[in-house]
Amino acid sequence: MNMLAWILRRDLLLAMRRKSDVLTTLFFFVIMVSLFPLGVGPEPQLLKAMGPGVLWVAALLASMLSLGRLFAADYADGTLEQMLLCPESLALIVLAKAAVHWLASELPLVLMAPLLGLQFGLPGDALWVLTLSLLLGTPVLSLVGAIGASLTLGLRGGGVLVSLLVLPLYIPVLIFGAGAVDASTSGLGAGGHLSILGALLVLALLATPKAVAAALHISLE
Amino acid sequence: MSKINLYKFASPATFYGLAGQMIPGFAVLSAILFAIGLYISFFVAPTDAQQGEAYRIIFIHVPAAWMSMFIYVVMAVYAGVGLAFNTRLSAMMAQALAPTGALFAFIALFTGSFWGKPMWGTWWVWDARLTSQLILFFLYIGFISLQSAIDDPRRSDRAGALIALVGVINVPIIYFSVKWWNTLHQGASISLTKAPSMAHTMLAGMLIMAVACWTYTIAVALFRVRLIILERERHATWVSELLEDAK
Repeated sequence: MNMLAWILRRDLLLAMRRKSDVLTTLFFFVIMVSLFPLGVGPEPQLLKAMGPGVLWVAALLASMLSLGRLFAADYADGTLEQMLLCPESLALIVLAKAAVHWLASELPLVLMAPLLGLQFGLPGDALWVLTLSLLLGTPVLSLVGAIGASLTLGLRGGGVLVSLLVLPLYIPVLIFGAGAVDASTSGLGAGGHLSILGALLVLALLATPKAVAAALHISLE
Repeated sequence: MSKINLYKFASPATFYGLAGQMIPGFAVLSAILFAIGLYISFFVAPTDAQQGEAYRIIFIHVPAAWMSMFIYVVMAVYAGVGLAFNTRLSAMMAQALAPTGALFAFIALFTGSFWGKPMWGTWWVWDARLTSQLILFFLYIGFISLQSAIDDPRRSDRAGALIALVGVINVPIIYFSVKWWNTLHQGASISLTKAPSMAHTMLAGMLIMAVACWTYTIAVALFRVRLIILERERHATWVSELLEDAK
């Protein structure tokens, strides 16, 4: 557990030292979402219907773009190899790194999302559901994305490859995340969708750290 | 009956010969079955009362969809065996199966849209089964591109195996998606618990086509694995002896 706290502290400190990285991801998200009304036209009904999906897709892409930072710096300076050698469980280290990735790259998006939702004319309840669905869903993105990031460490064209590997795996989260908001605006209640998102989160928390640990061993061998 | 020594055939050098002997049989069988299956599909099977002649697309569409899902599972099993027991041949088989699986996934999508146009009046609907078939196609593409991006064969085998195992979670989602979401796509035409809702000749044609696709897959995968073995083992003595003999 000491190890977990140590990695959390170190990686958060590193993330805070490079604030521009955090802000770039956030602004990518904001710009991406703002492009849609310019592309499809300003009709309020259309934007209201599209809003949840647009916000979720933008969150997916923003999360994917920041995956490179998950292991790349530690891989480049050899820290990652030391982590592999250390007696603590590698899965636990991976969990800590994914948690920091979520805190630094995705939590800001989640906090920004209700504001952007307002621009799409989403009603108050839907904004709450949107935030809740993002809170439950984005950690899954970090965890699943870590598999792609670890497998493509040090490969040429790694960034594009990650998107091919990871985006198909993100689809269930997208379906249930955006579906939760739709269900809430259409009066069906978002409970079911949010429960499935929660289940996906539990599954990802249990299964992915081991898979990422295995992938790191494969990539660094 | 003497026991077949699996360990012997797990060696690429021995399997190369065995695969070479098996390919002609499966290839001929597949050609014959395709001929019979296509004859039944076009000339014997009756015209469907509701769907007219256009339904005949299912004779290739359904087997292709089955194969695309089945091959992914087989690929993941090979990948898992390769990862667990460190058998090189298993990883090579997984690599050899992937392009055929992707091909069948593409055929299923392509023929499906040709069926959808006359039946639903649209080339594509965002229905659960179509979408998950598309995702399966993406998974194949991801697997293939990851393997080809890594030059070191050992790392490429193991990384591919991991992503195949992660992706195999998607295959049951495809299969049960009809039950999960309620959409335009008609329910599965064949079920093990209920009597088939189609004429027997139609069923026969479809099953023969499915077996033809199977034998085709086996022949092509074995052919491809032989090439992969040659490429990987090109520095081994037996390969240079083989090439000497061929001259």
